[in-house]
Amino acid sequence: MRITVDVDGTRYSDEVEPRMLLVHYLRDQLGKVGTVSGCDTSNCGACTVHLDGRSVKSCSVLAVQADGHEVTTVEGLAQDGTLHPVQEAFHECHALQCGYCTPGMIMQSIDLLEENPDPDEQQVREGLEGNLCRCTGYQNIVKAVQSAAGTMREGSAPQAGGAR
Amino acid sequence: MIPSAFDYVAPETLDDAVRALADAGDDAKIIAGGQSLTPVLRLRMNDPSVVIDLGRIPALRGVRDDGDALVIGAMTTHHDILHEPLVREHALLIAEATATIADPQIRHRGTFGGSLAHADPAGDLLASALALGAEMTIAGPNGRRQVAAAEFFEDLFTTSLQPDEILVDIRVPKHSGWTAHYEKFNRTAQAWSIVAVAAAVRVDGGAIAEARVALTNMASVPVRARGVEEALVGRAADAATIRDAAERAAEGTSPAVDGNADADFRSHLARVLTSRAVTAAAGV
Amino acid sequence: MTAVAEPASSPAGEFGRSRARKEDAHLITGRSRWTGNLTLPGMLHMAVLRSPLAHARITGIDVSEAKSMPGVVAVYTGADLAEEQGDLPSAWPITPDMKKPPAPALAVDTVNFAGDAVAVVLARSDYEAHDALEGIDVDYEDLPVVLDLESAAAEGSELVHPDLGTNVSATWKLDSGEAGSGGDVEQAIAEAESSPDGIVVRRTLRQQRLVPAFMEPRAVVVDPNAQQATMWSSTQIPHILKLMLAMTLGIPEHKLRVIAPDVGGGFGGKLQVTPEEVLTLLTARRLGKPVKYAESRSESMQAAHHGRAQLQKLTLAAKRDGTVTGMKVELLADMGAYMRLLSPGIPVLGAFMFNGIYKIPAYHFSCSPVFTSKVPTDAYRGAGRPEATFGIERMMSELAAELGIDPLEIREKNWITHEEFPFNTVSGLTYDTGNYEAATARARELFGYDALRREQAERRERKDPVQLGIGVSTFTEMCGLAPSRVLGSLDYGAGGWEHAQVRMLPTGKVEVVTGISPHGQGHVTGFSQVVADRLGVPFDDVEIIHGDTQSAPKGLDTYGSRSLTVGGVAVAHAVATVIAKARPIAAHMMECAEDDLEFTEGRFQVRGTEKAVGITDVALAVFAAHDMPEGVEPSLDSDVTYDPENFSFPHGTHLCAVEVDTETGRVELRSYVAVDDVGRVVNPMLVEGQVHGGLAQGIAQALFEEAVYDESGTLLSGSFAEYLIPTAADLPSFTTDRTETPATSNTLGVKGVGEAGTIASTPAVVNAVLDAVRQFGVRDIDMPCTPMRVWKAIQEGAR
Repeated sequence: MRITVDVDGTRYSDEVEPRMLLVHYLRDQLGKVGTVSGCDTSNCGACTVHLDGRSVKSCSVLAVQADGHEVTTVEGLAQDGTLHPVQEAFHECHALQCGYCTPGMIMQSIDLLEENPDPDEQQVREGLEGNLCRCTGYQNIVKAVQSAAGTMREGSAPQAGGAR
Repeated sequence: MIPSAFDYVAPETLDDAVRALADAGDDAKIIAGGQSLTPVLRLRMNDPSVVIDLGRIPALRGVRDDGDALVIGAMTTHHDILHEPLVREHALLIAEATATIADPQIRHRGTFGGSLAHADPAGDLLASALALGAEMTIAGPNGRRQVAAAEFFEDLFTTSLQPDEILVDIRVPKHSGWTAHYEKFNRTAQAWSIVAVAAAVRVDGGAIAEARVALTNMASVPVRARGVEEALVGRAADAATIRDAAERAAEGTSPAVDGNADADFRSHLARVLTSRAVTAAAGV
Repeated sequence: MTAVAEPASSPAGEFGRSRARKEDAHLITGRSRWTGNLTLPGMLHMAVLRSPLAHARITGIDVSEAKSMPGVVAVYTGADLAEEQGDLPSAWPITPDMKKPPAPALAVDTVNFAGDAVAVVLARSDYEAHDALEGIDVDYEDLPVVLDLESAAAEGSELVHPDLGTNVSATWKLDSGEAGSGGDVEQAIAEAESSPDGIVVRRTLRQQRLVPAFMEPRAVVVDPNAQQATMWSSTQIPHILKLMLAMTLGIPEHKLRVIAPDVGGGFGGKLQVTPEEVLTLLTARRLGKPVKYAESRSESMQAAHHGRAQLQKLTLAAKRDGTVTGMKVELLADMGAYMRLLSPGIPVLGAFMFNGIYKIPAYHFSCSPVFTSKVPTDAYRGAGRPEATFGIERMMSELAAELGIDPLEIREKNWITHEEFPFNTVSGLTYDTGNYEAATARARELFGYDALRREQAERRERKDPVQLGIGVSTFTEMCGLAPSRVLGSLDYGAGGWEHAQVRMLPTGKVEVVTGISPHGQGHVTGFSQVVADRLGVPFDDVEIIHGDTQSAPKGLDTYGSRSLTVGGVAVAHAVATVIAKARPIAAHMMECAEDDLEFTEGRFQVRGTEKAVGITDVALAVFAAHDMPEGVEPSLDSDVTYDPENFSFPHGTHLCAVEVDTETGRVELRSYVAVDDVGRVVNPMLVEGQVHGGLAQGIAQALFEEAVYDESGTLLSGSFAEYLIPTAADLPSFTTDRTETPATSNTLGVKGVGEAGTIASTPAVVNAVLDAVRQFGVRDIDMPCTPMRVWKAIQEGAR
């Protein structure tokens, strides 16, 4: 079946099997291996991408369901070599160790901050409950998300009414 | 893991979907949000010949005000429900239960109707639908029919939906002015409910005027705690009333046994959690 | 909060500096190099058919349908590979008469656990390979399943491997009376039992089975076509893997190259030579094409090795004033169906740690590895030491409770004081340094111990449904898996040295080669700091090369908290060698005597003058080699293999407060304080990160995780839906701090930190839970302390 999907700003048109998972389409067909898969029960969240601006687990979406939609992966975040504030904060706060959960963790953190630009610690923790990390104990991830929230609020302060 | 091969149809109208389902025969599977189905397919616990995607039928999405009831489209996502003021105003219990489902990513894709049709006994929406007296609108080759929640849930993962039928929307009688709480008990934030209690009450002049209480995962289907409701209605909304009423929570249940809880513990939890749910709902 | 002690001064100020990691750039942008990302031209995909049964004889396999399916290139069964697949290595024969079954990569006659590999399909795509698994028809004849550890060890049990005649593989003993390191434990117990002044505490504690659950499932790619076969594997041990593959498959060692690219966590779970690695290599060689295997999470749960799984029968003898007089440990250790690389050695590592930080006059340890029809067990974060620490720390708290003594006080009464180091322990180790008093005092202060005790008393008094529990745990551990001579005395199959090379490039940049193989720890950053500090070059001018047997040809890899303590020290020694080699050249350049030179901050300075050359100037001069001193080779490169003289012994005191909802049995962590002493700290931020992650894993053992099998031997917790890894919402923020008592056993003064958090946190949490519910008569709760277990314990205790 032919699908057309915008991924990280590029339009792709491909023939895929209906059973192909979005994560496999991204990795195996488009070579977007920055998005990874860590489980088969949609628990770990490592495969999180944005579908039309909302976080989803790309292992639980069929590629054909993304036909005609927009996908953003971790590879599409940095603009002209400038990291997204959440990427920057993950680095500064040591919010990653092995880095396998990181693409999904970053994508979910961005979604969380769009939903709530000024989350308290508990809100961050609950907002990330669909993403498993085995290395960090989450403490520095929470710190990074709150740090990025601060940066993003400062950055967006002049534009009134922009928050969703 | 990788699903077995299947054909895929994405109709754009409900009629087309019903037709596609009839054409596909018994081996078809409907995909709503896909948050339960995709893992099942990946683990090859089910290998349908055709998957029919309801995601491209706009008419199945959204919440509308229909006088004395809300009508929630089966394909309305959990996320949309959480952001719909109508639900909070008229069916608070559903909003409270929806907030506890899985995680944000899954709530972005997963749907109200999909959860109900999947009928996982540990699913968090079933008890609320039952408690509020929801009615399912079902479409099939012979037109539409209405089924009350109490008749809709038949067994583990089994509803009164026939293989050629589709859940269209859910009519939830308005419970405006009611207060509600969904008390969920699970081992980690990602884990399914061991037991949960959906409680909605209308407190009038310090007394409980009306009460609806239903239990998650205390049987193969959601269970209405009628004994609790009876013991609450007409009595003062206070700790003693609630404690006594909650003692009846496990009546008529048949809890499953698994590694997280045996029947004794589930029954005990049902009582404790009922007390907590009603206390929170009534603001005592 | 994280108060960090001022680091001891170092020349370039790199020690004690929280530098953000060099490793992050590609990981946060998705430009990572996981093995599973790799695609090679003509590459085939391998899928593995696994046994659904825990124990069965294979009576027939029909692969004809699978072979005819689209895209399928080959299907192999155990019979096809029997000749060449050899036996998976087990490198730790703990006793000369240890019984060990054959361990084929692909089952030949019998399957011995649910998940044992039975056949492999090689196909053009992953999808086609998996489809073809359904075209393989296997006939099985059921054999008896052996699941319970204690029954498996009993006389008359059904046997996992009937040819061995028993499920008990061996019995390994350490007795302080016999070894001369202490007294006779039986006498200590008898005395405590008979004296009115004595007390004997007996408990049988259970270490449940755990799944290491690294986030990146294992993957392996083999390209057989080059002059050397190249294997990329998601492994902790590229060097050991290469050697073991060569030795077990008969492939000449120099014809094999192993690369560990980005590796997504290991925690001991990737310290293994796996059936899947062997099968990928064999099939790629047979077919002459690159082959990739990437496991799913479900496969990982049911086939990658598990950890812990012990039954500990413990006897502690003491005086009624709280002085411990003896400790006896009898262990059964569940090996699962086979012995993997280090399986039987894991409980043996615990033998040296059951005495903890204490002066225990008499000690006896025995352990028996036992076969069951389950996934093999092997190293999991801490490997033997968390089990031992759990045993002693639970027992110290039990003793305190039985005697009505505060658990901190009873520890203080028995621990080795800081004046007593170096201290020879009853299990035969020499602890070089430590300061248990300081760490404990700091933990106590940060925790608000006294205030929490008051609140606990108030809640008890008013019969609050939510009771407060306070848990104490101290720990020490032996880090480094070194020195080689000690490992040799334990019949371990390898040494404990590590290798490093430092190459000064002509432009003054530095390439460092290490045999350590990182998979998330941040070694590239930490080692760069060590080099920058010692060599006086900028941090950014250092490149760390690792994880490829071609570019980092020698090493013993990463496990056992050895990376900095052994590998980092090797790097420091290699830097010292570079400086030593540069010294005569610098003296020659400045026409002075070598003895007149001082090396600080990257410069050789003539003492008492302003005259100096930088090490980078020397590097350029060496490259040109126009004017070298007589007899000096034009090279600043160094090559060092360092074998430590002793283990290192980090220690710490952890305090934990839990709230136990007595109505539901739910345990909530309220606060957690960890004060660790890991010696000198290179990068505090990395150290804290290691502690946080370790705490999460240790807490998870106490409260959440367990690999559960049903009565047929099927793994019920076969996915993350059932195997409950805590999420961010299930853990609190931890309070971490450090004391800094430098190790004297290595030149950097460093200890180890990778396993520390995991080791102390499990007993701290369980002790806290018991502290909350002991008032109801509860004396033990099996891990994980689930709501049902806690609630039932209260019901039964209160009866």
